[in-house]
Amino acid sequence: MSTAKLARVTLSHLDWLESEAIHIMREVAGQCSNPVLLFSGGKDSICMLRVAEKAFRPGRFPFPLLHIDTGHNYREVTDFRDRRAAELGERLIVRSVEDSMARGTVVLKSADEPRNKHQSVTLLEAIEEFGFDACIGGARRDEEKARAKERIFSFRDEFGQWDPKNQRPELWDLYNARSFKGENIRVFPISNWTEIDVWQYIEREKLALPSIYFAHRRPLVRRGGGLLPVTEVTPARPGETVETLQVRFRTVGDITCTAPVESDAEDVASIIAETAVTTITERGATRLDDQTSEASMEQRKKEGYF
Amino acid sequence: MSAIEKLPAEDIPDNGLLRFLTCGSVDDGKSTLIGRLLYDSKTILADTLHAIQRSSARRGLDIVDLSLLTDGLQAEREQGITIDVAYRYFTTGTRKYIIADAPGHEQYTRNMVTAASTADLAIILIDARKGVLTQTRRHSYVAHLLGIPHIVVAVNKMDLVDYAQETFDRIRSDYLDFANGLGIADVRFIPLSALHGDMIVERGERLHWYDGPTLFEMLEGAPAIHSEHDEKFRFPVQYVCRPQDSANPELHDYRGFLGRVESGELHVGDRVTVLPSGLESRVRDIQVLGQSLPRAVAEQSVSILLDDEIDISRGDMIVRSGELPQVSKNIDAMLCWLSESPLDPRRKYLLRHTTRDSKAMLAAIAFRVDINSMQQQPAERLLMNDIARVSFRLAQPIFADPYAESRGTGAFIIIDESTNNTVAAGMIV
Repeated sequence: MSTAKLARVTLSHLDWLESEAIHIMREVAGQCSNPVLLFSGGKDSICMLRVAEKAFRPGRFPFPLLHIDTGHNYREVTDFRDRRAAELGERLIVRSVEDSMARGTVVLKSADEPRNKHQSVTLLEAIEEFGFDACIGGARRDEEKARAKERIFSFRDEFGQWDPKNQRPELWDLYNARSFKGENIRVFPISNWTEIDVWQYIEREKLALPSIYFAHRRPLVRRGGGLLPVTEVTPARPGETVETLQVRFRTVGDITCTAPVESDAEDVASIIAETAVTTITERGATRLDDQTSEASMEQRKKEGYF
Repeated sequence: MSAIEKLPAEDIPDNGLLRFLTCGSVDDGKSTLIGRLLYDSKTILADTLHAIQRSSARRGLDIVDLSLLTDGLQAEREQGITIDVAYRYFTTGTRKYIIADAPGHEQYTRNMVTAASTADLAIILIDARKGVLTQTRRHSYVAHLLGIPHIVVAVNKMDLVDYAQETFDRIRSDYLDFANGLGIADVRFIPLSALHGDMIVERGERLHWYDGPTLFEMLEGAPAIHSEHDEKFRFPVQYVCRPQDSANPELHDYRGFLGRVESGELHVGDRVTVLPSGLESRVRDIQVLGQSLPRAVAEQSVSILLDDEIDISRGDMIVRSGELPQVSKNIDAMLCWLSESPLDPRRKYLLRHTTRDSKAMLAAIAFRVDINSMQQQPAERLLMNDIARVSFRLAQPIFADPYAESRGTGAFIIIDESTNNTVAAGMIV
């Protein structure tokens, strides 16, 4: 290798991933007329907000933030969501699955059914209400097998459906966000990030997180091989023993289907250390709704889920 | 503890990110190879492995089918084939890898083209028992066409040919015969047994006659940049930041030109030319989130501020003065047709190059390439998976470089405005 080659600077892996995500968000801003960024208060969308700051500051974001609230979210997370949006001075829109239930567009099979999959309905209603032509989401390809094959710019028809066998080819960094009225593009700027990349980014950027990501004591029951938090919406069943354990959440979502893991990690560095040696995937450990069938995520995405 | 089990830590140098492509079919042991890369780097976690064991058992298999790891879609599992490109991730502690896993079959050439478009290195798998096949030539041609700078020919299943050096040497010499004809420059060969793990992370004991690096050493040592020659600075403008309404009066005149450096490097103080206007200015600042940077390097997303107030919008390009690209409304290119509807020479299409769109019409098809024989043939129209040398006439000029010199400013896609589908990928000659 010549000295000239050695002198050439290449980006670290986090810088590269961040740069790619910034480029993707700017493409959305440049190509779409009415985009929105989905912000739940979870760690992936917290990273996306930092990427959006790096993409657009000192200007305002060229899109509002949207949260589809199942009504079963942890208070710590929704409080964080509101606080972060206010700090950034950006507009936050919240649409609620419970409103869709009141309208009759979401019908639960039973009162305690997990509401995650019903977010699709409320999301589609919000897309229609505001006329969004693109939704930026924090999904990652390492999360799940169906996601590994999804494009960064993923086309959805007017029913919000993903057709895995008919995806647009996506080459180089030339993205195609074109859609007709009523159709929609879902955009995943952190597609190429893994769980550990997200934690490393949070550490490097010193990003604040909702407290339940860190070890805390919480009443739980053991059910179906997992730990389930005991809350108002998820009470212990007769005969179950309630234990108080030191736990943290690896993902935060609907209370009824998001389980914590036992952990002593009180800061991001300890979480990174734990993540590096874990033997269970993020969704496997903590997303009870994904375990139902081999293709459950693919099925939900075909129906309009993120 | 093998090298790849190290945990990411502050004191380990960050060797960036390498994107590579694996080409081959399940028969070549590609899934086993990927499975081993993921398994040895501890990327397959226990619950995923259990899920695959359950699926394998349900299909009546008595061994764990690692291809189930990469076949993510329902239709693929039903048909036992890989339809689409899957992206996989692993890290060695010093470097992050993105594998683009492309299906091997001829009818999926378009998927291989897609996967190859972002790869810096290609691993081409050859079954040691079968040697260089038509498929090997096809994969090598596409990898070369898409300008992948480093090619690793992995001669797999060495265990089934008694680890014989003669077999490896013969395949190597066969491969070089046609690779030289194609003009492939950087090609390396490695004997492997993905099944037994020989020469992947560990050297094993039965390939003692091979003294080159293991596959992991090759990956760790490959440059994590697409091109090793000095490229010219190219900055297509994606968006303009003008926070006029800000409460901060200092920002009233702020104009940041937002984009990602497609190639080359820019320093504060450099003279630049803006296309298409041709106006010149000087770089006043390079920023990311309020921080000033002394320079911007390839693949970095930044905001550029200039000394002069010049009208610049999305689709314009900032380059260093004296290093101008070609400004042209006529382009010659190699084109891969990706759509089920054939190329219609009478229709107008949309050509997207960097951040710029232009209406485009086919001017001529010089020839079509038979990717199995590499023969050039005359063609009237193009069908899905066809590769051809073509020329287009454009309504608006684009600012382009030959693809061989700069991927970012040499590549384009064709969009069919009646469906909004991406129907072709092109590389400017």
